Amino acid sequence: MPVERFEGHLTGHTPEEVEEEVKKGVMLTTLDRAVSWARKQSMWPATFGLACCAIEMMSAGAGRYDLSRWGMELFRASPRQADLMIVAGRVSQKMAPVLRRVYDQMVEPKWVVSMGVCASAGGMFTNYAIVQGVDTIVPVDIYVPGCPPKPEMLMFGILKLHEKVRTTGTIR
Amino acid sequence: MATGQEPRIGHEMGAARDELRGVPHQIRDHVTGEVRRETMIINMGPQHPSTHGVLRLLLELDGETVIRCKPIVGYLHTGIEKNTEYRTWVQGVAYVTRADYLSPFFNELAYCLAVERLLGIEAPPRAQVLRVLLCELNRIASHLVWVATGGMELGAVSLMLYGFRERELILDIFEAVTGLRMNHSYIRPGGVIMDLPPGGTRMIAKFLDTMPARIDDYERLLNKNPIWVERNVGVGKLSAEDALALGVTGPILRSAGVPIDLRKDEPYSGYETYDFDVPVRTEADAYARYVIRIAEMRESLKIVEQALERLTEPGPVMVEDPKVGWPVKLSVGPDGIGNDEGYLRHIMEESMEALIHHFKMVTQGVRVPEGEVYQAVESPRGELGMYVVSANEHRPYRVHIRDPSFANLQAVPTMVEGGLIADAIAVIASLDPVLGGVDR
Amino acid sequence: MKPAELGARIGDHFPDVLVARGEVTLLIGRGELIDVLVRLRDQPDLSFGFLSSVTATDHPGKDPRFWVVYELRSVAHAHRLRVKVGLPADDPHVPSVTPLFPTADWHERETWDLFGIVFDGHPDLDRILLPDDWEGHPLRKDEELGGVGTQYHGAFIPPVDERTMP
Repeated sequence: MPVERFEGHLTGHTPEEVEEEVKKGVMLTTLDRAVSWARKQSMWPATFGLACCAIEMMSAGAGRYDLSRWGMELFRASPRQADLMIVAGRVSQKMAPVLRRVYDQMVEPKWVVSMGVCASAGGMFTNYAIVQGVDTIVPVDIYVPGCPPKPEMLMFGILKLHEKVRTTGTIR
Repeated sequence: MATGQEPRIGHEMGAARDELRGVPHQIRDHVTGEVRRETMIINMGPQHPSTHGVLRLLLELDGETVIRCKPIVGYLHTGIEKNTEYRTWVQGVAYVTRADYLSPFFNELAYCLAVERLLGIEAPPRAQVLRVLLCELNRIASHLVWVATGGMELGAVSLMLYGFRERELILDIFEAVTGLRMNHSYIRPGGVIMDLPPGGTRMIAKFLDTMPARIDDYERLLNKNPIWVERNVGVGKLSAEDALALGVTGPILRSAGVPIDLRKDEPYSGYETYDFDVPVRTEADAYARYVIRIAEMRESLKIVEQALERLTEPGPVMVEDPKVGWPVKLSVGPDGIGNDEGYLRHIMEESMEALIHHFKMVTQGVRVPEGEVYQAVESPRGELGMYVVSANEHRPYRVHIRDPSFANLQAVPTMVEGGLIADAIAVIASLDPVLGGVDR
Repeated sequence: MKPAELGARIGDHFPDVLVARGEVTLLIGRGELIDVLVRLRDQPDLSFGFLSSVTATDHPGKDPRFWVVYELRSVAHAHRLRVKVGLPADDPHVPSVTPLFPTADWHERETWDLFGIVFDGHPDLDRILLPDDWEGHPLRKDEELGGVGTQYHGAFIPPVDERTMP
């Protein structure tokens, strides 16, 4: 498994040393690190579009921005087949229990990206109807600011999440 | 009163609730004539891939036939109308633009026209041309999202890619003109916030060259596609009488042979001076709505072309009255952000009055005389109305958004009941509801 | 047709007609609402057969406290009319117009949901936008906006409705 080859910089080896290791034909790494590497390669997001941000999320999945470069074009309608929830848009008080139920239906390990300022903190809608931050309902890994964030910003957030998944290295 | 702080986890949302009150529990089998009692109630949404956002449908089924359908909305209720009552008139633009997020310019336009009528002013001619130009580009962008998502819901995934490909071209124009891809806050009471950037007209002209061939592509892909025809022809019929009684407007009403288009019937922003047609069909089914939307994209291109010709003459884009117009002069500086350096020097170093005026206008804004107006515009989905009430204050007393999707969705039971459950998807796709507008 | 002309035509039949900003407004009592709407709909020179919108406004401390607002449109003549019905604070009841205009169904539910105005005779007057177990009617002026305060670099910014407006 060529984990260390790509991630040699994490172990303090120079590229030449890594290359030397590769020639030996045997790679050693921890199970934690190998599993984390595999997990981040192909995350399947659940379709959880709510408002304006959902349109930008769809743009990110479509031709120009092409999330499939990270193996993520497969938005799953069933939360049971997804391991990433992108909360894209404002979460109303009426939607909050549904959101929690969908989150509970996802299998471990799972991650949450809060896309846009409404999902992250209520945004400009500080009022009776909107949940003031989706982190009051589900644990959030990455917050993406913007109203709505451009697809590039969403992708940056997702890459940050990949880094987090790869380096956290805890088998859950 | 329930406050905004604690989410309401305990709220029950199972389908087994008594929300289908008065359901006929006896169904006579049309073959054997015996009375059966069992039907199945299924819950579609609010998290579902083909309900255009957070729409929830309760469907009572006999086999695959829908006996009864109840749409349930409100999962995106945002409190926009309440929020506007706590903000200045100009800040209201930023709220209403987020209601129907696929047609932001139309929300802004309806709101600003209402405020302008309350103030008794009119935007300068160049601003009106810019408004028409951007609204028609927005109409194409909105219909493209309908092509993309509607196609995907019926299994034509390539349409999803094509629709979003062309939409990006329009969003590039929007981003160059307003700074944002969506939720622009570009149209303001009294005009628009800034003129086209250098090269803006060239960008739009290039789009006008590209787009017609792309629309031809969709038609080549769909017009004779057996699956597309099979899934759409004769599906979701809604007669003109039913549509008018249910408050349905826009392409759905025009697909039933009623040629209502507010751009023609109650012209605003100078639409009476543009040359365009209103596509009308009489089949009243999902396929007719597809044909109409495709034709509307072509008509919008015609209007954009005419608007572009009128932009050759320079002129102000905001009313000159300092008591109404936004004081800040905008130009993109070296930092990429838009405050004009000369203007900043003027208020910070040269003129105390200008600084005070700037401060008053930005924090307090314009005071709008007492009164009420209802302003309707033709959005991609139908009649978008804004009922705006002022109590002679610096902020609105009440803003009500009459959203076309809200009224159109009421027709879902009429169109779905008696048909197959698979057709329900095609019906909702043909309605093109945007839940942000429905729930506001 | 010019608004003034329409106003004069309606003024022939009803006393309280206002023409302002190019719009015609008709004020009536709730007892006569159904009769008036039937006449407006069926009289050929008016034919207001399309109900665009139903909503309300709230004016606490005034009488009437609530105004229910009906926006009517004529498809044949392409003219518009606003009908307003005043309701007292302690008895916000008005007859439902759903039998005349089926589209009023959701509009009236929304107005009940947000303002607490009861539409007598409505087939299914239930909450539509807010959760079923919600208490209160948030668009009334005496209901607070809600939301939370913000902590920013040590400074505390209160919720919007607790800030002082200039």
